[in-house]
Amino acid sequence: MSDQEHNGLISLRGMSRERLEGLLDRAQSYVGSPVTDQLAGATVTTAFFEPSTRTRLSFARAAHRLGAHVMDLSPDLSSTTKGESFKDMVLTLTAIGTDLFVIRHWLADAGEMAAQWSGRPVINAGAGRREHPTQTLIDALTLRQEFGHLDGLRMAIVGDIGNSRVARGHLEALPALGVELTLVGPTPFLPSHNPWEVKVSTDLDDELGDTDVVYLLRIQNERGALDRIPADGGYSRRYGMSEERLSMLKPAAVIMHPGPINRGVEIDGAAADGERSLILAQVANGVPVRMAVISEALGGSR
Amino acid sequence: MIVIRNAGVLRANGIEQATVVIKGDTIVSIGRDPAPNGARVIDARGCWLGPGLVDLHVHLRDPGQTWKEDVSSGAQAAAAGGFTAIVAMPNTQPPVDGGSSAMAAFERARAVDTVHIVAAGTLTKGRAGKEMAGFDAMYEAGVRVFSDDGDAVPEAGLLRRVMAYLRDLPGALVAEHAEDRSIAGEGHMHEGMVSSRLGIAGLPGLAEDVIVARDIAIAADTGAALHIQHVSTMRSVELIRGAREAGVSVTAEVTPHHLALDESSVDGLDSNLKMYPPLRGADDQAALRSALREGVIDAVATDHAPHAPAEKAVPFEEAPRGVIGLETAAAVVASYALGDDQRTFFDRMSVAPARIAGLDRQGRELEPGSPANLVLFDPRRRWVPVSFVSKSQNSPFAGVELTGRVLATIYEGRISYEGGLG
Repeated sequence: MSDQEHNGLISLRGMSRERLEGLLDRAQSYVGSPVTDQLAGATVTTAFFEPSTRTRLSFARAAHRLGAHVMDLSPDLSSTTKGESFKDMVLTLTAIGTDLFVIRHWLADAGEMAAQWSGRPVINAGAGRREHPTQTLIDALTLRQEFGHLDGLRMAIVGDIGNSRVARGHLEALPALGVELTLVGPTPFLPSHNPWEVKVSTDLDDELGDTDVVYLLRIQNERGALDRIPADGGYSRRYGMSEERLSMLKPAAVIMHPGPINRGVEIDGAAADGERSLILAQVANGVPVRMAVISEALGGSR
Repeated sequence: MIVIRNAGVLRANGIEQATVVIKGDTIVSIGRDPAPNGARVIDARGCWLGPGLVDLHVHLRDPGQTWKEDVSSGAQAAAAGGFTAIVAMPNTQPPVDGGSSAMAAFERARAVDTVHIVAAGTLTKGRAGKEMAGFDAMYEAGVRVFSDDGDAVPEAGLLRRVMAYLRDLPGALVAEHAEDRSIAGEGHMHEGMVSSRLGIAGLPGLAEDVIVARDIAIAADTGAALHIQHVSTMRSVELIRGAREAGVSVTAEVTPHHLALDESSVDGLDSNLKMYPPLRGADDQAALRSALREGVIDAVATDHAPHAPAEKAVPFEEAPRGVIGLETAAAVVASYALGDDQRTFFDRMSVAPARIAGLDRQGRELEPGSPANLVLFDPRRRWVPVSFVSKSQNSPFAGVELTGRVLATIYEGRISYEGGLG
């Protein structure tokens, strides 16, 4: 498994601290660095089967800055793209000439399947509800820049956790980097089971005074989240990051969000735009982290 | 004439090492006589000889999906698995839901001479869950097991009317696939540790429990004979145990794969481990094993559900549900649940399912005069299933070492399989 993992990045599960830190170090080295021709002649294909602007553009920019050529596939998202045509698409793009796939898909094992069909490394840019590993690395890098370390940081992940591939990526990797995680949300938003054996809470106010990072998640109505809670605005009152809740935080505590944010639902303007917010720093780290992951995936062969 | 020597023979009064002589379709003697001249003699020291296995739950896919399986290939797979009788689920295309489709199903079954195939019929017309199927016409054609397998009857009121009607037909069995759709949703695997970790929509055990509870209440009210198919949860087991103690007529089956595996197997997203009900938690699995041993679950049934290789070679969430089971059932049950107990093994694999399905030439202890529907099983033989007689290969046990192997199967006095004699 480890050989295959080095051949792309599908999941952070079981990844060693050494490799995680190596990726963060490599990403840090790309912050503000000039364009290189390190991957000149390589072709990176981005294939997004779910809507995305930021992640797709950030991967494309990362590949360009490494000197790679980018083929972008934007399948018609309005038509139902079944597994078989997904396979045909992967085989076609492999035949045209692709050195690396960057794939976002609603299927949990889209990355493994594409790697198996194509024989090429695959970077998971978001797979179902399973993981979004580059977002996790982005957030780890952002926190390391802010606090100077990750060991011992306490992060509360708040909101629609059951639907969140970002949260699952964090749950697989951040504890290995020394971050202590607490999941916070109403029971219908929490995963049914807790295989990660992390702390779980349904009361945000109980956690605020004790946390270094409040990580807010968007309610994913496209995955049926609003069927799980009443439509009376109670969620925002219980779990929204309001100005009042900001005042309950430790002085150095920060606010994060993977975007896009829903102002007035999980986060108020005061929290999103205030001095505790790292949201724009997260976005800025997207390119260097994706450069690190792409260069690691293609590094072996060049 | 066939003579089987030195096997441990399952007789009414116990296990006896003896020589069994078969003539025509009947056992003519059990004892220590020398083999008569001209007989086919099989020496079976250390092996179990018992009534041929009976499977209450097989999908033959015929008519409608014969690229997956057909009556002939399914019958050969059954013989290779030690079965002498199988109940064919009615969710073919078209389904068996009335007199003409039932007569056609029995006619296809009669063309096969390696296993007794019994056609089951649906509970509702078109298996659509809306109105009663043609019970009398199917019953007259020979149907005794009724099931909408793949779905539970959705409305409690309809199920009550179905049960109230079928209770009057002697031997009729209401077999339910216990799964509440509104709870199951789009679940692709057990709602548990693995689904939580991988973020894949889970199918909670509760979807089964609420239907089992509902069905038991309706069976108690109507007096119909209820059979719960492929029980998979600890709570279902407890509900069935309680109903039995209260005198409700309820029987239950469990699949070999639910006895052998739990949700942790699905972590690698192998679509050959995708089936409904899904592989459950470790505590459910433990409850199923002990319920089978105790007899709270009466029978093992395979839910043999063939799908072609290309249909399964897709992402997990898009793969069709179901796994094959006929050829590995005996070995899996021996390996994971009952390998130390010949009597219980044959009770759960043959005697009890034959009784539930009302098959009088099956599941009989071996005595002079008994029908020669038999299986010879070596409980200690280790082997690794690699490929299958079935048209489909979607087995969770391919490449897995099992202990216990069917050596030969005898159906109505003729050898229907002897590939294990080696």
